[in-house]
Amino acid sequence: MSESEIAESGHGPAMEASPFAIPSRKLATWLFLISDAATFGSMLYGYGYLRTASNDWPTPFKFNPSVVNVLTMTAVLLTSSLTMLGAMDSAKAGDKAKAGRFLWSTILLGVIFAGLHIREWFGLIDEGVRLLQNPWGSPLFGATFFSITGLHLLHVIGGVVAIAVIARGYARGSLTAGHVETVGLYWHFVDLVWMFIVPLVYLLNLSR
Amino acid sequence: MTPSQYSGNVIEKYLWVYFALLLLAVLEVFIAYQHFSTQALLALLLALAFCGATLALRYFMHLAQESRGLFLALIPAVIFVLLMMNMIWPDSFRLLHMRPFAH
Repeated sequence: MSESEIAESGHGPAMEASPFAIPSRKLATWLFLISDAATFGSMLYGYGYLRTASNDWPTPFKFNPSVVNVLTMTAVLLTSSLTMLGAMDSAKAGDKAKAGRFLWSTILLGVIFAGLHIREWFGLIDEGVRLLQNPWGSPLFGATFFSITGLHLLHVIGGVVAIAVIARGYARGSLTAGHVETVGLYWHFVDLVWMFIVPLVYLLNLSR
Repeated sequence: MTPSQYSGNVIEKYLWVYFALLLLAVLEVFIAYQHFSTQALLALLLALAFCGATLALRYFMHLAQESRGLFLALIPAVIFVLLMMNMIWPDSFRLLHMRPFAH
């Protein structure tokens, strides 16, 4: 019997059960994250292609300030993942106040991360790095660096906005713990991508 | 799962993952300052990044607690896509040495 026949006859569910026994919202988030992983993957491959093909790729990142800044950013982002876990767990337990505190802590840490990221950008811009030029070597360095870190920064800023909207909706009762869980998945993915950007974009281009 | 089944102590439960990820980040920086060849450094850093990603996927994103079907539907596909992108390297090395295509 087809789905429409089932719906017309009024017997049985008109909708199939959600695949993998998870809510469709969560499955959609997972599918989005997988496609986003392919996007970041292709950007990092493109960066690797250009870096390998250039014999004068710049290595501008000094221990201080760049590596120290990147380590601080990593610690901030990992801490925000931990607070997001707290928010997801508190929301599932129905503790709205606690979930709200965790969500706003995550937002604060996300804002700090974005601030540190922008400070890193301005440091490089002060040294003369632009999208298509820099004082040291291959002009494509700026294009790849700003594109990859910019896309990640966009994800962080988008995540901060999404968490703020969900924190407000959840506190008012218009959104559920499921919404907190899906935005949490997204936030952890942003953290995961950073784990690949740091070694490939920063640590392979250290100034010695 | 009912709300009462959530411990409310999830941060304590996953604190070891947090410290493991921090340790991996510090280890990556340490390795980056050792005198490895670029290829060896790349392999080591990628291996550590994959370890970190596995921890984040399993514990932070709770993929370990989802059905095996979800894992099999998502992760092999993305790994396959990323592996297929490796086709670009021969051309990248060709450009480095400025060798024209064979006629």
